[in-house]
Amino acid sequence: MAMTLHVDIVSAETSLFSGTAEFISVPGEMGELGIYPRHTPLLTKLKPGSVRIKRPDVAEEELIFVSGGVLEVQPHVVTILSDSAIRGQDLDEAAALEAKRAAEDAMKDKSAAMDLAKAQAELAEAVAQIAAIQKLRKKV
Amino acid sequence: MAAGKEIRTKIKSVENTRKITKAMEMVAASKMRKAQERMKAARPYAEKIANVAVHMAYAHPEYKHPFVVRREQTKRVGLVVVTSDKGLCGGLNTNALRVVLSKIKEWEGQGVGIDVTAIGNKGLGFMQRMGGNVVSQLTALGDAPHMERLIGPVKVMLDAYVEGRIDALYVVYNRFVNTMKQEPTLKQLLPLEQAAGSEEEKLKHHWDYIYEPDAKPVVDALLTRYIESIVYQAVVENIACEQSARMVAMKAASDNAKNVIGELKLLYNKTRQAAITKELSEIVAGAAAV
Repeated sequence: MAMTLHVDIVSAETSLFSGTAEFISVPGEMGELGIYPRHTPLLTKLKPGSVRIKRPDVAEEELIFVSGGVLEVQPHVVTILSDSAIRGQDLDEAAALEAKRAAEDAMKDKSAAMDLAKAQAELAEAVAQIAAIQKLRKKV
Repeated sequence: MAAGKEIRTKIKSVENTRKITKAMEMVAASKMRKAQERMKAARPYAEKIANVAVHMAYAHPEYKHPFVVRREQTKRVGLVVVTSDKGLCGGLNTNALRVVLSKIKEWEGQGVGIDVTAIGNKGLGFMQRMGGNVVSQLTALGDAPHMERLIGPVKVMLDAYVEGRIDALYVVYNRFVNTMKQEPTLKQLLPLEQAAGSEEEKLKHHWDYIYEPDAKPVVDALLTRYIESIVYQAVVENIACEQSARMVAMKAASDNAKNVIGELKLLYNKTRQAAITKELSEIVAGAAAV
């Protein structure tokens, strides 16, 4: 039997693949990487693309799409930490700015979001007061 | 019989409330199951990335990432507050926010400033009322949160850390123990706690990765994802907590409503009987007088 390595492909939300393989090919950032068992330890980023897995006793190669991520290679274990979305420096930056802007807007525009939160808090307080009063009345 | 009618309407209204709480209980129960599955599905990624991070700590890359360097002085901290978007889930958010409040008091006592990232409506409202410095926020996550939505809010904090605006980063969320029990938890994200290993173990791991193209971008990418995955795990766990807390709270509410209905029905029958007795005695008295 040919030598095999263990392959795990996981994304933050679910596990995509877990099993043994004779050979896998991954889209590394610096170019396509082919990995056989006993590969030297390696850590690299992936770019969006498909991972080809040759499983033992299965003629057809399995294809799994990853939208980037991190690849860790150890002699007999390969771990692919797949991103659940395509990301890049600019996209991340935009997302960060968006989150910041939302917070700043909420700070400035206290009339809309703030009022709702405040009104909800006041309502909860009023309800608690009414409940307390009712309890007191029952006791009297 | 005015009192009787009033009691009857009251019974009706409590019955309606009970229908609603009962429905919410069942919805929460089914959502809880899904949330727990999602929590489990997120675990492999978190475990794997933690493994890689530990390997990396043992290996000796020539590049030390700012995330692992401990700073001597803490002048300002970041706090990620994970709460639910909706209420009616018992003391879940209150418990988490109480932890936040006591921690904030402690920090303020030490003269440490605080920046907050609010995930979830309840924490956001709380922070705004308190006058906390909310630097980024994320609300309306829904039942199935997506990792990509967390990237932005978390990045704001990570950038602040790298630029030295904050010296430590914490996350507060509800840890899922079981359906009946949720535990508000405070966890340190940054600087990363080095996995404590013996010297022997370190020697055994005396090898390093090949980094392609270079150590810095790879380590950066990995550690950023590591932090994100912890926050994601916190969010998913918090949702599972929210649903189970809501289920328990709504069950208690339904049971209470049932008790109230029982009491009201007793009262209603009593007043009805009292009225009949009164009427009878009046008739008898009237007949006796004649």
